[in-house]
Amino acid sequence: MGYQLKMRVWRGDQSGGDLGDYTVEVSEGEVVLDALHRVQATQAGDLAIRWNCKAGKCGSCSAEINGKPRLLCMTRLSDFDEGETITVTPMRSFPVIRDLVTDVSFNYEKARELPSFAPPPRDKDNKRRMAQVDVERGQEFRKCIECFLCQNVCHVVRDHEENKPAFAGPRLFLRYAELDMHPLDTHDRRELAQGAAGLGMCNITKCCTEVCPEGIKITDNAIIPMKERVVDRKYDPLVWLGNKIGLRTKDNEGRTEVVE
Amino acid sequence: MTTGVHGPTRARIDEKTLRPDRWWLSPLATFVVFSGFVVFATVRAFMGVDYYASPYLSPFYSPCLGDCVEGASDFGQPFQAWPLSAALLILVFPLGFRMTCYYYRKAYYRAFWLSPPACAVAEPKTKYTGETRFPLLIQNVHRYFWYAAILVGLILTYDVVLAFRNEDHEWGHMGLGTLLMLINVVLIWLYTLSCHSCRHTVGGRLRHFSKHPVRYKLWTWVSKLNVNHGRYAWYSLFSVAIVDFYIYLLATGTIEDVKFF
Amino acid sequence: MSTPNDRHPMTGNEMSGSAEGGMERHQYDVVVVGAGGAGLRAAIAAQDAGARTAIVCKSLLGKAHTVMAEGGIAASMGNVYPEDNWEVHFRDTMRGGKMLNNWRMAQLHAQEAPERVMELEDWGALFDRTDDGLISQRDFGGHKYARLAHVGDRTGLEMIRTLQQRAVALGIDVFMECTITDLMLDKGAGESKVSGAFGYWRETGRFVMFETPTVILATGGIGKSFKVTSNSWEYTGDGHALAMRAGASLINMEFVQFHPTGMVWPPSVKGLLVTESVRGDGGILKNSEGKRFMFDYIPEFFKSETADTVEEADRWYDDKKNNRRPPELLPRDEVARAINSEIKAGRGTPHGGIYLDIASRRSPEFIRKRLPSMYHQFKELADVDITAEPMEIGPTCHYVMGGVEVDADTQQSAVTGLYAVGECSGGMHGSNRLGGNSLGDLLVFGKRAGEAATAYATSLGSDRPKVVEADVKAAEVSALAPFEVEGGENPYSIQSDLQESMNDLVGIIRTAPELEQSLREIAAFKERAAAMKVEGHRQYNPGWHLALDLRNMLIVSESIAKAALAREESRGGHTRDDFPGPDAVWGTKNLVVNLDADGTGVELTEKPLPEMPDELKKYFESK
Repeated sequence: MGYQLKMRVWRGDQSGGDLGDYTVEVSEGEVVLDALHRVQATQAGDLAIRWNCKAGKCGSCSAEINGKPRLLCMTRLSDFDEGETITVTPMRSFPVIRDLVTDVSFNYEKARELPSFAPPPRDKDNKRRMAQVDVERGQEFRKCIECFLCQNVCHVVRDHEENKPAFAGPRLFLRYAELDMHPLDTHDRRELAQGAAGLGMCNITKCCTEVCPEGIKITDNAIIPMKERVVDRKYDPLVWLGNKIGLRTKDNEGRTEVVE
Repeated sequence: MTTGVHGPTRARIDEKTLRPDRWWLSPLATFVVFSGFVVFATVRAFMGVDYYASPYLSPFYSPCLGDCVEGASDFGQPFQAWPLSAALLILVFPLGFRMTCYYYRKAYYRAFWLSPPACAVAEPKTKYTGETRFPLLIQNVHRYFWYAAILVGLILTYDVVLAFRNEDHEWGHMGLGTLLMLINVVLIWLYTLSCHSCRHTVGGRLRHFSKHPVRYKLWTWVSKLNVNHGRYAWYSLFSVAIVDFYIYLLATGTIEDVKFF
Repeated sequence: MSTPNDRHPMTGNEMSGSAEGGMERHQYDVVVVGAGGAGLRAAIAAQDAGARTAIVCKSLLGKAHTVMAEGGIAASMGNVYPEDNWEVHFRDTMRGGKMLNNWRMAQLHAQEAPERVMELEDWGALFDRTDDGLISQRDFGGHKYARLAHVGDRTGLEMIRTLQQRAVALGIDVFMECTITDLMLDKGAGESKVSGAFGYWRETGRFVMFETPTVILATGGIGKSFKVTSNSWEYTGDGHALAMRAGASLINMEFVQFHPTGMVWPPSVKGLLVTESVRGDGGILKNSEGKRFMFDYIPEFFKSETADTVEEADRWYDDKKNNRRPPELLPRDEVARAINSEIKAGRGTPHGGIYLDIASRRSPEFIRKRLPSMYHQFKELADVDITAEPMEIGPTCHYVMGGVEVDADTQQSAVTGLYAVGECSGGMHGSNRLGGNSLGDLLVFGKRAGEAATAYATSLGSDRPKVVEADVKAAEVSALAPFEVEGGENPYSIQSDLQESMNDLVGIIRTAPELEQSLREIAAFKERAAAMKVEGHRQYNPGWHLALDLRNMLIVSESIAKAALAREESRGGHTRDDFPGPDAVWGTKNLVVNLDADGTGVELTEKPLPEMPDELKKYFESK
């Protein structure tokens, strides 16, 4: 059942590094993270790996396996041929700390820039009412486990470091969409999404959706609807005219625009 | 090369990508097929002949508003003075719809711009501003092309109805050309109605589905179609070209239409 | 915002190079250790109350074990059953804990949980809804009414994300990937008071000192001391051990909940939870001979309410009124014990579990619709299609009822300024926790601790307990000790031996000889740990991190084994083969664990349960 797996694992830090070769005994049913843990326990005690739940629920063990952004704990060895060498590197869009661990603070900084949910007062009986159909779109986005693989694969920042200040990334576009579709939120964040968050930088090439381990349809269900909402707000003369002459949808009433 | 994945803070890895799979296949295929279509469509649009084989009118030339051959113009000839091919008068609408389509954008940004060529493969360009400035800012008018696409769809549907005639315009007949046009118009409608702007317009823009049950239902249907928007984009691209080519072959007398009844 | 400019505002990922000796120092009013549900709620409460607050956590923000919770938050909001109220919830909780709970904690929890859930909604949580748009509530074992507010089967993720976003909105300082190794005490004037917390950045290995009069421990559980567990690597009992070393005591440590159904194969996910809903929706347990064995394990106590024929059991799913429950739905401890016996009797599966079969009993469509995450979990991790073949499952260590002994109203421990909340505190759940009560526990007592800590810190004015510099030096030396050893052993092998030993000897079924054996083995592990060696340097070195965590695991393991040996009865999460029934005398007292005088071992004392007031006793008199 068991066999000797050949791995190449990137070792190093910001001053440099390279792919180290390891051969490790693995058995049936294991995932890449198991193999790395065995390397850690038997050959390289100081191999740095960030991981936590090992069940695909916390989104800590993000890395790149054979060049593809994936979770180490959800990539089964049976996806590869036994003779195949598996190459593991850290995520290549974020500053490397050591070995497979990167500095993902970019994502936390971006999260800080987003104005939080702003609900109206509760109902008279101290409860809130929302219909299930109205919360379902947001619930899909809230499945996000914040593995940041979408942020990592997005070429806007992966290939262009200089775009980082002006671009929040797919993870945060999910947040903007979630709040914009929230039946109770009183803020209008469309201007902010296009301006501060850099929604216009996205060219919808869909890699974020391809790598999402939760299967969230980031592009189709969040980014594109958000782009369309921004068009309503900024680029559609008919909507603008409608607003001017009072022909507006009541659906957006009670919201105030937040700006930078 | 000191930016992107080779920037100073990133893990030092020389390769642009470590993907061992054939990631280049998909963008290459897109590039070849799209280029082929563009060449074909350009040639056909500029030809200005062989677009009508009674009762069939090529979708590239419908509606035929210029100085068209007899029987081709069902909506008059307001641009009779137009010196060039009549196709050039109206192709801007379907072309614009597809150029600004969210699916096609993905496909051509990857295959033609290489931005990015594939996921986790470094793009060659050093500067990138996305769709934030002219001319790509124009992508935001997609919904207006969608409005036009509805009109185009209606006209093409009308053309299919007219195709249930024989050469002498007598009703109750059908040939292979009719069938091809029918398949084409179904695919065009699937493509048009699965559009992301359509999904937004019918209900996606709402924050309270519960207060708009009809629009919610519509949105649910469009959402189901929308999942296959990319597929319909390809199929309808092929079907348009096939219909046009079939009519071209009829019009030049290369083949005879297969009559069903 | 108010962040030191030499580190990242959120992660703290950049180090201050300027501080003396490479050590950062920060001053706060409240320092919360742990960023799961309890820690985040405590920090939010402290910040709201005006305290300068910091959260220190071993992982990234939002990754804590709370994300693994599936079922929901128990709160008697009455959205589905208007007759539900805090009194019913209180009664359910006490009975579930076999009356060993701290009554006051159970009462506060039942009273305050509804408002805590509503707050989550104010902060953006999107719970599943009822038809009238209220928060939907689901049924769960031991709860009389449908009471669990939930979001599909990922309620924990929703809760932690909501609290995380709230904490970010309030601008609370977060020190991620930072481990606290020692608490600082000011022992002047006879009373021991918290004066600070000492730790290191995982990223750089450099030290950091928090000067603070209050520390709230919210470090979760101890599951990583067991080989088969549903818990993550962080669950090394840090809070339990820190509190003991600071002079506080633990209670109820013998009570460890084993969930009957964890995955047993593949090895990489052994222990991962398989939700109880599989059985609730029709799944049955079979041994390798194909026998539905649970009918052989119905205890006398539950005979009257459990079906004794397959026919009746199968009718129950459609007609709950006229049939008794299938034996697969007995309480968790009963089912876990039965599975254990079958495996020991040699009727286990090839991978050492038993079969949980829903494939032969329900249609594939039904299974995929009702159990989407289980379907994916088995499909992706085990390559098993649960709509076509049975699952292999076995008991897994899930939750520790025991923890730091605290005051019910403030969550303060015996040490002034030291608080504990969530799984690392003890008392609330007695000898056995009901599903859904842990998430409520985090919220209710998180808020109480945050407010109590702030009130105490504020009352101090400028007269704060002092950090003793010699203690800081000692903490540094202690943290670096594993680097100093020549030719010692690698911590991974000690950890793996400890997990194996705890699993075999202090597991689901316990006996005096095995517990004695485990105490001898723990003593040996302690000796080996004293001589363990780590390679490499201090920058993000998992070997070193494990070496430091291992000390906590050892002391906690010793506490569990010792308390388990002392309690000569079976109750809730503690089963003694040699004392199979509950004992009325043991039912009146808690076991309290303290560090012994020279700080190398633990000692036990017995303590009577706090007396419940008469107006609460009445809930248990009828019936």
